[in-house]
Amino acid sequence: MFSTCVKTLRITSKFGSLIRYESTLVIAEHNNEKLLPITCNTLTAAKKIGGDVTVLVAGTKCETVAQNACKAKGVSKVFLADSDAFKGFTAESLTPLILKLYNEHKFTHILAGASAFGKALLPRVAAKLDVSPISDIIGIKSSDTFVRTIYAGNAIQTLKSKDTLKVVSVRSTSFEPLPLEGGDAKCENVSAGDISNLVEYIRQELSKSDRPELTSAKVVISGGRGMKSGENFKLLYTLADKLNAAVGASRAAVDAGFVSNDLQVGQTGKIVAPNLYIAVGISGAIQHLAGMKDSKTIVAINKDPEAPIFQVADYGLVADLFKAVPELTEKL
Amino acid sequence: MARVLVGVKRVIDYAVKIRVKPDKTGVVTDGIKHSMNPFDEIAIEEAVRMKEKKLAQEIIVVSCGPTQSQDTIRTALAMGADRGIHVEISGPEYQTLQPVHISKILAKLAQDEKVDLVILGKQAIDDDNNQTAQMTAGVLDWPSGTFCSKIENNNGELTITREIDGGLEIVKMKTPAVLSADLRLNEPRYATLPNIMKAKKKPIKKITSKDLGVDLTPRIEILSVEDPPVRQAGVILPDVDTLIVKLKEAGHI
Repeated sequence: MFSTCVKTLRITSKFGSLIRYESTLVIAEHNNEKLLPITCNTLTAAKKIGGDVTVLVAGTKCETVAQNACKAKGVSKVFLADSDAFKGFTAESLTPLILKLYNEHKFTHILAGASAFGKALLPRVAAKLDVSPISDIIGIKSSDTFVRTIYAGNAIQTLKSKDTLKVVSVRSTSFEPLPLEGGDAKCENVSAGDISNLVEYIRQELSKSDRPELTSAKVVISGGRGMKSGENFKLLYTLADKLNAAVGASRAAVDAGFVSNDLQVGQTGKIVAPNLYIAVGISGAIQHLAGMKDSKTIVAINKDPEAPIFQVADYGLVADLFKAVPELTEKL
Repeated sequence: MARVLVGVKRVIDYAVKIRVKPDKTGVVTDGIKHSMNPFDEIAIEEAVRMKEKKLAQEIIVVSCGPTQSQDTIRTALAMGADRGIHVEISGPEYQTLQPVHISKILAKLAQDEKVDLVILGKQAIDDDNNQTAQMTAGVLDWPSGTFCSKIENNNGELTITREIDGGLEIVKMKTPAVLSADLRLNEPRYATLPNIMKAKKKPIKKITSKDLGVDLTPRIEILSVEDPPVRQAGVILPDVDTLIVKLKEAGHI
């Protein structure tokens, strides 16, 4: 009896020492004024892993952003690294800083949103630390087991990482945003460290729009080749304004020059999962579906009843978009 | 005059509807049409255009994978690459081969072959990782220009337009550098029959990861590969009015 007891105790203590306490560093994406919504989705993923969550805000005059991040519930610490070197948030300038923080704090996880920013940065960090990064996860099974899509969303892969450090980018539409309230994290200034000038940031040319941002909009209206011209996208903008929707596009519409590239929804463009997705004049190629098939409700307006988009649409309207869209706008 | 290394991957053709294996270990690849990863065609095209502008002297194309990867290398040679390197990896090692391994192979080759520029596609359309270019640059400590839609090469001074979330971004860097091609970078050419014939005479060197001293120990264990949830069949509505009624019922408007 006594011996069993001792044995149990031994096992427990042995197991106890094996458990690694999780600690996650989330690389905040921001524009020096505020956190971008994708950071809030990433924080939810970080909390799901469990353990301590630390946020890194690196930028140029970005103190407000760090204070913002301190308010997120469940964040234990915020590192603020302020330097002109981080202009343009290049992967080359941020990587040495992240390596320095990793060496000091030995995080078990480093996370960022799977945006152009996160995708450019995390693999470089992972290469420096000799770990295999995990891209665009849609689920977390445990601290080392993640779910992601492959083949343009046509298969779901569950993988277990064997690296001690997990470097993970998070698909924003798969995790609810963490509200920036109720938290009281401490903000700590950290030095920028070694400055890398491998890449010189020149400028950005951002498309301006008053409409909601595509990846976080509740309603998205997308146009395809069927729109016939850029001019005709006005029909969609008018409808979008009525529904407070963002406007997206298929690759065909982008390639034809109807709209700019950053509106492309699909495997190689943006992944969206709004409450309502209205596909107008889009046939529904595999690559487009990869970007929108997790939308709650899908409406398709297309004059071709054979279009593959109707196989995923909850509501289909076989009609000429040039009649149906203005009619819909008018009646709403 | 620069030497350019271009990485190409053999993947299931983009137009094929893939099937998941019943035992959930992966997707069916046997007897399925394969071709060059579309982003890699763009990378090759860009290198060939650099050569045509006399900005590049030699284009070396490399692919890591089973024997059939040589077909992909031949395609690149037919598009205008000068010679190929096939890093043969097959069987279980190929199943768990990841960008962490490929990037080390490419980095080693970049150094051995003394290249000034590595151009890769921004992602492979099978594993959708979008990592290899960034990691190769990391291993080499070279600057990276990811998601390029325009590359201006002024004797090793690169001005790059990148596709980012809100629009475009312009950055500058010097070679040696690693670039990854976005869809918008160019329109790849078709290999003509005479060029396909010529490509057969171009050399392909076959090596193994051991020759390069790269360790392919798996970093992941694939637990399962499954079909995504199937959406329930929807309904075709007769008119706009019914659509509005349905959207109202669902609380969307």
